[in-house]
Amino acid sequence: MPHDHHDHLSPSGHPFRADDDVPLSYWQCMEIAIRELLIDKGETTAAEIASQIDAMDSRSPANGAAVVARAWVDPRFRAQLLENAADATREMGFDIGPLNLIAVENTADVHNVIVCTLCSCYPRNLLGLPPDWYKSRAYRSRVVKSPRAVLREFGLDLPETTTVRVHDSTADMRYIVLPARPAGTERLSESELAALVTRDSMIGTGIPLSAG
Amino acid sequence: MAEQVRVKAMMPPGHVRTPAYLRGKTGVIERRLGVFGNPEELAYGRRDDRRELLRVRFSMAEIWGDAAERPDDTLDAEIFAHWLEPVKG
Repeated sequence: MPHDHHDHLSPSGHPFRADDDVPLSYWQCMEIAIRELLIDKGETTAAEIASQIDAMDSRSPANGAAVVARAWVDPRFRAQLLENAADATREMGFDIGPLNLIAVENTADVHNVIVCTLCSCYPRNLLGLPPDWYKSRAYRSRVVKSPRAVLREFGLDLPETTTVRVHDSTADMRYIVLPARPAGTERLSESELAALVTRDSMIGTGIPLSAG
Repeated sequence: MAEQVRVKAMMPPGHVRTPAYLRGKTGVIERRLGVFGNPEELAYGRRDDRRELLRVRFSMAEIWGDAAERPDDTLDAEIFAHWLEPVKG
């Protein structure tokens, strides 16, 4: 009942999140101390830090989706992306910093999926912050051993005839999957195509939405 | 024929970015990536040790044996050259 009151539930019916009334950890104290020192010494400002956090938060999978849609409509760009993804995306105007990027292409016979077993390497400049599950031990340890079972849990049941290629970002490269263009999208514009490209389809744990 | 390499089966202490599950496993060079700072030294602030980085492709059968879901699915990882030894064909 929407008008019932309960001490532990918000109006949406979810439990309130407990306040974090716990002591700071060693590393939290260290981060605050170093940040305050840098500000005191004039190396940076609180506003500069806030604007960098804003910039990081504002990156979204829409950047990657625009790259994928361009590759679907422009064969020359697609070739360039597969040859040198960092240069190709820079030329499209994305600020990808010193990122080394490899694009891996899904075809009728091959499905690619990306992981970083050692930590959480992720093409943040093109996809934004990684989802929590990407950083979880369960995903990192299982997708390298049982990728097909993991993909089935994501709702993607690959035929036995498809080869799965897992890419473990162990060092300096970052990866983006170039998913296969969905059938029946011949008449769509580049921006309509980009709207079909999901975050998970660029990690390889999903495929793009279908048209219409 | 793609060039075969084996990841050295060593367990040195320190900051190492060669996954343990690939040590001792044999794969083929998928591509050569160029020269990058060695993370084992970068971790201690030493920036001048630069090494060749390669992408090596392993079959799931090579990594997981009979436990592989499908033996000829693959896993690619970036491995620094000093972790690789040649395999005589």
